[in-house]
Amino acid sequence: MEDRTASGISLDDRKVEELSSGHDRGAGIRVVIGETTGFAHTADLSENGLRSAAQAAAAVAREGGGGTRTIALTERRFPSPNGITGLPSDVSKSAKVELLFRADDIARSKSSSIAQVSAGYGDSRRRTQIANSDGLLTGDERVRTRFSVVCVAAGDAGLQTGYETLALTLGFELFERRSVEEVAEEAARRAVSKLQARPAPSGVLPVVLQRGSGGILFHEACGHGLEADHILKDTSVYTGRVGDLVASPLVTLVDDGTVGPEWGCMTVDDEGRAAQRNVLIRDGVLTDYMWDYLRARKQGRESSGNGRRESYRHLPMVRMTNTFLLPGDDDPDEIVAQTPHGIYVSHLGGGQVNTATGDFTFGMTEAYLIEDGRITEPIRDANLIGNGPDVLSKIDAIGSDFDMSPGTCGKDGQSVPVGCGQPTLRISGVTIGGTAGD
Amino acid sequence: MTDLLGVARSLAQRADAAEEIEAYVSRGRETSVRIFEQQIESLSSAESAGLGVRVVSQGRVGFAWVAALDDSSASEALAAARDNSRFATIDEHGGLAMPDGVEAAALDLWREDLLATPTETKVDLAVELERITRAADPRIRQIVHSDYSDGMGEAAIATSTGIEATTRRTTCFVSVSAIAGEGDDSQTGYGYSAGRHVADLDVEKAAADAVTRATRLLGATKPPSARLTVVLDRRITAMLLGILAGTLSGEEVAKGRSLFANRVGEEVAVRELSLVDDPTNPSAWGASQADAEGLACRRNSLIEGGELLGYLYDTHAGRVAGTASTGSAVRGGYRTTPGIGARAVAMQPGKLSQEEIISRIDHGLFVQSVSGAHSGVNSVSGDFSVGAEGLMIRQGSLAEPVREITVASTIQRMLQHIAFIGGDVEWLPGAAAGLTLAIDDMSMSGT
Repeated sequence: MEDRTASGISLDDRKVEELSSGHDRGAGIRVVIGETTGFAHTADLSENGLRSAAQAAAAVAREGGGGTRTIALTERRFPSPNGITGLPSDVSKSAKVELLFRADDIARSKSSSIAQVSAGYGDSRRRTQIANSDGLLTGDERVRTRFSVVCVAAGDAGLQTGYETLALTLGFELFERRSVEEVAEEAARRAVSKLQARPAPSGVLPVVLQRGSGGILFHEACGHGLEADHILKDTSVYTGRVGDLVASPLVTLVDDGTVGPEWGCMTVDDEGRAAQRNVLIRDGVLTDYMWDYLRARKQGRESSGNGRRESYRHLPMVRMTNTFLLPGDDDPDEIVAQTPHGIYVSHLGGGQVNTATGDFTFGMTEAYLIEDGRITEPIRDANLIGNGPDVLSKIDAIGSDFDMSPGTCGKDGQSVPVGCGQPTLRISGVTIGGTAGD
Repeated sequence: MTDLLGVARSLAQRADAAEEIEAYVSRGRETSVRIFEQQIESLSSAESAGLGVRVVSQGRVGFAWVAALDDSSASEALAAARDNSRFATIDEHGGLAMPDGVEAAALDLWREDLLATPTETKVDLAVELERITRAADPRIRQIVHSDYSDGMGEAAIATSTGIEATTRRTTCFVSVSAIAGEGDDSQTGYGYSAGRHVADLDVEKAAADAVTRATRLLGATKPPSARLTVVLDRRITAMLLGILAGTLSGEEVAKGRSLFANRVGEEVAVRELSLVDDPTNPSAWGASQADAEGLACRRNSLIEGGELLGYLYDTHAGRVAGTASTGSAVRGGYRTTPGIGARAVAMQPGKLSQEEIISRIDHGLFVQSVSGAHSGVNSVSGDFSVGAEGLMIRQGSLAEPVREITVASTIQRMLQHIAFIGGDVEWLPGAAAGLTLAIDDMSMSGT
C-alpha cells in the first residue's frame, strides 16, 4: 500500500507559470504461483476494493487449489539511511517560489548571452506498507526533493543549452547541501561555454570522464546487464560469468541502496527487503548480480534488496539503487596530463543499453578536446557509443576523487530514481559520434 | 460507472466570478500479459481514474490532481489548485480555452469488442507470438519477452468558460524481442503490431519483423567512419518527425528555444518536403476529436514545399503570439497540465518503395534501429547524434551488417539534404507516420 503526495513549481520566461500538487493512494496485490505472477492494483482501499483486486490478481492461478491460510504478520523496521529534518510540506509555497526567482536572477546575471531560463522545484513524500505471505510486515517513508535549472544561451553560431540538477533523498534541507545559486550558475556556465563549441569529432578517441559526470556510463554499460531478470533469461552478456574477469582490474563496481541521502537510497526496497551494499565487480572480477524476491527465490538465495517499482500501480522488478565505481590511486589532473589527444567529458545526459549485446549509447552535454595533455576547446553535443564489456576492459586510469549525481532510470516503462557515481577516469578508446572528420 | 462529463461539469460550475476552472477527468482500464517460454510470466489488470483541476485567477494558474473521482477528493483538489494559483506570476495571456466554433471531427476510436475479449484470447496471442518467433529461424536463440497489452481510456473536459468535450479510445499492442545467435555473436530484433482491437493485430508480421531484424545483423562489425547517404527505416523516420514537430511548438518559439524561431516563410527544407499534423485522420494512432483543453483537433500544415508555414499552439501560446490555438494541447493524463504537442505528423509521401530507394544509392547506410535519441538530439541547437545499427548499402543493394556506430548531423542540415521520400507510409504507435527516408551527407562514426 502506498500513499504519495507530490508538489511542483515551474518557472519559465521569468514567470512562475504553475504550481501543482497531487495525491495518490492505493494498493498493489501480487499473487505468485510457480513462475507465474498475477497482479492487480486499486485505489479503493475498502475491504471490498482490496478483495476484488486480490481476486483479479489471483485469477491467473486457475489450477490452484482452494482454501485459505491464515498468516501471522511480524512487523520489522530497519534503520533509515537518512533522517529528514525539513518536510517540504511544512515550507511555505512563497519560500519555494522565491528559490526559483533567485535561480533565474543568478543565471541571467552570469552572462548577457543567457537568453532564456527555466527552473523547476519538486518534492514528493511516499509512504509504503508492505506485507507478504512469508509473514513480513514493514514499510518505508521516502522524501525526495529536487531543483533543476535549464539555460539557453544565444550566440552567433546559434543556440546552446545547459542544465544542472540538484536532487537528493532529503526534505527542504537539500538546499543546505548546495545552494540554488550554485545550481543556476552551473547551468548558465554550461550553456555559455558551448557557444564557442566546435563540432564533436567522429571516430575512436580516449575519453576522460570528470568525477561524478559519467556514472551513468556504468549504470548503462554494465549495471543493467547485471540485473538477475536478464541473467535468468539468458538475455545478458554477463550470464554465467561470475568469477570471470569482466573489466579492467582497476574496476570495483558497487550498488548500494543505503548511501543516504543519494537519489536512489531507501530503507527497504519495494518488496520489503532492507537496502544493502552489493559489490558487483571487485578488482575486475564479476562477483554477483542484483536480485529481487522472485528471481532470488528461483535460485534459492536471498534478495539483494534490488526489488523496486515506480508505484503501487507497477510490478516490482530488479532495479539498481545507487551504482558507483570506487576511487583508485591516480591524480585526476595527471590523468588529463597524460592524455595526448582525447575528449574530456564534464557532463553526460541520458543513456541507453541493449543488455543482450552490451552495446550502449550516451549523450555528452558538456565536453572538451584534450590536446597535448591540456583541456582546450569545448565541443558540441554528441553521443558516445560503445560496448559495455569492451569499455570496462579499456579503463586504464582511475582517479582518487569521487562524486555522485542523480538520475532517472527507465526500464519496461517504469521510472525510478537512481544515483550514479564515479571518480575521474580514462577509457582508452570510445567511438565519438560527432560530425567533424579528421 | 461514474459519468465523467458530469464530474467535470460539476467541478467547473464551482468557479466564482473572479476565477476560471477547468476539470479534466479520466478513467482507464488496462491489461498486460508477459509470456516467457510459453508460460504466463505476469498478468496484470487494473482500472484507474483521477482528475486534474486548473484554476486561473487574475491570470495566475494553479493546478492539482487526485487519483480518485469522489466528491471529497475533487474538493480537496479544487482547494489545492486555488491555493496554488495564489503563488503563480500574473500572466496577461493566462486563461483557459474559449469555444472557437471549430467542429470536432466524427471519429470512432472505440472498439466495444475489446472490452468483451476474454483474457485467455489475449494470453494466447502472446503465447502464439513467442512460439512462431522462436520457430521461424533456427538461429533464434532466445525470446527476451513476448507481450500483449491493451488500454481503454475515456476522458472528459469541462471549463467555466464554456468548453465541454469528451474523448475515448481503445488500443492494443503485441510485441516481441528476439535474440539471434551464431557462435559468440548475438543480435536483437524487435517486432510489434498495434491496433484498436484484437482483430487489427498481425502476430505473423510482428514475429517476422523481430526475426528479420535480429538475424540480418548477425556477423555485424564496426565499419570505418564515413560521410554517406543514410536511409532511415520507417520507425526511425517516425521518431525523427516527432522530434521535428517538437521544435515547432509555439511555446518553445516564443521562449527563444526553437531553431525555427522567426523563420516562417523561409525555405527550411528541400522542396519535396511537406509536413502536416492531422489528428482528424482516423488512421493515425494519435487521432483525437479534442485536444487537451477541449478544443477540436484540426489539420495543421507546418511545412509546404520546403517553406515553413507556422507553428503549433495551445491557448496560452496562441495568445502570446497574437494568434489562436491550433488545437494542439496535449497532456500526459490527469496528473499533468496541458502542453503543446503534435498528435499525427506525416510527410507528404513520395512514390518510391524502400527497395527502389536503396537501389538508387551507391554507397550508403540503411539504419534499422537507433538508440540514445533522448540524449543525443538537442532540439534547441539542432545537434543530432544517435547510436545506430543496420546494413551498409553498396551499389544499390543491402550489404554487410554494421553495429556500434553513430549517425550525426544537425536537424537543419538533414532537412536540406533529403534525397528521397518513400511512398511506404505506415502509421505507427506514437505521434507520427513512418516512411522510408534517405538523407545525404550524414556522418557515420565507427572505427
